[in-house]
Amino acid sequence: MTLDRSLSDAMAAAQAGDAQAYRRLLRACLPVVAGMARAQGVRPEAVDDVVQDVLLTIHRARATYDPARPFLPWLRAITQRRAIDGMRRAGRRPREVHDPIAYEARADDGPAPGQGLEARDRARILARAVAALPEGQRQAVEHLALRERSLDETAHLTGRSKGALKVNLHRALKALRRTLGSEPEAGGGSEAGPGRRDGGTRDV
Amino acid sequence: MSDGAHTSPHDRLVESLSGGLRPVRRLRAPSLRALAWCAAAMGLGLALLPFADLDALRIRMAIPDLRYAALGAVLTALTAALAAFQTSVPGRSPSWALLPLGPAALWIGASGMGCLRDWVAPGTERAEAGGCLVFLLAVSMPLSLGLVLMLRRACPLRPNLTAALAGLSAAAAAAALLVPFHPHDATASDLLLHLVVVGLVIVANGLAGGRLLARSA
Repeated sequence: MTLDRSLSDAMAAAQAGDAQAYRRLLRACLPVVAGMARAQGVRPEAVDDVVQDVLLTIHRARATYDPARPFLPWLRAITQRRAIDGMRRAGRRPREVHDPIAYEARADDGPAPGQGLEARDRARILARAVAALPEGQRQAVEHLALRERSLDETAHLTGRSKGALKVNLHRALKALRRTLGSEPEAGGGSEAGPGRRDGGTRDV
Repeated sequence: MSDGAHTSPHDRLVESLSGGLRPVRRLRAPSLRALAWCAAAMGLGLALLPFADLDALRIRMAIPDLRYAALGAVLTALTAALAAFQTSVPGRSPSWALLPLGPAALWIGASGMGCLRDWVAPGTERAEAGGCLVFLLAVSMPLSLGLVLMLRRACPLRPNLTAALAGLSAAAAAAALLVPFHPHDATASDLLLHLVVVGLVIVANGLAGGRLLARSA
């Protein structure tokens, strides 16, 4: 049975006085209404208020629902109006008028516009630096640091001793710190790879 | 959401709403309710009919623009009432509000044609014009009130739009009911007065009715 059909049946039963069906209907409406309100542009912190307003309106308007018609458009019409009412109320409420600088400087709670790009760039640079490491160090970083495997597991998988893995990880981190720390000056060239700086980065 | 103890505000509201649930009588289709109101307005017209000068009415209805103006007023009253009832039910398209525009154009246009043809009819007196004004207001008011009371039983999500449509319907019905009693052709001063009164009824409905309906929505 589709969501619309089941909600419509529950509302028809509620109109006849079935409290159990009504409770089920209102519970089922909660996530639907919250989703509709968010899609309408209601801020996350105001969604709960809109949901409550919609529940009250459903209760008051339940005699207007005609079970011969789909339920969700009826619910969406109510939600849209209540969402608009909520946004108007929020717009009328003065915000930080006593401190205009704080109002101007307030950071948005959401992610910054370039955040996804930055994260991808960072991941790409790190992958390149790890790939440039000598084999043993690369394995140590991949298994122990990136995949968070235990020393025992890594030793079993790579066939290296735990001591060698620890030393390799230590050297790899040192090399990475140097490579990534000098990245802006290095001009992105991987020829300044970690493996050729000094004897301390040799594989074990 | 916890299932056992109803801790969240949503759960508490759901419990309190479903706790005292009573059966409700499903509202009839908006078109049927609109018809019921139109029948009531027609009943008012029939009750007033014995006071009308039917011979003069027959003569006036022979003039095309008076006939079209009367027809436009009747159609405006019908379509605006239907639109008001439709917009009072959630989920119905707000485009219903466009329905009375055509008949209203016919009503106002045909009345306007009348005054173009006969700019100022000889013998139009202020007393008569004043009589029309009182008639329009006196008939519009109970019609509007009845309509708003009927609309309050639904849930008008756009109360101002629904109330303005109710005002248009009541004003048009009052103008249609005025036709058998109107002692002369429409004239510019006459039409202006009618327009002012119709506008007044619509605005008054939009303001007062909108608040009344908003409380019910």
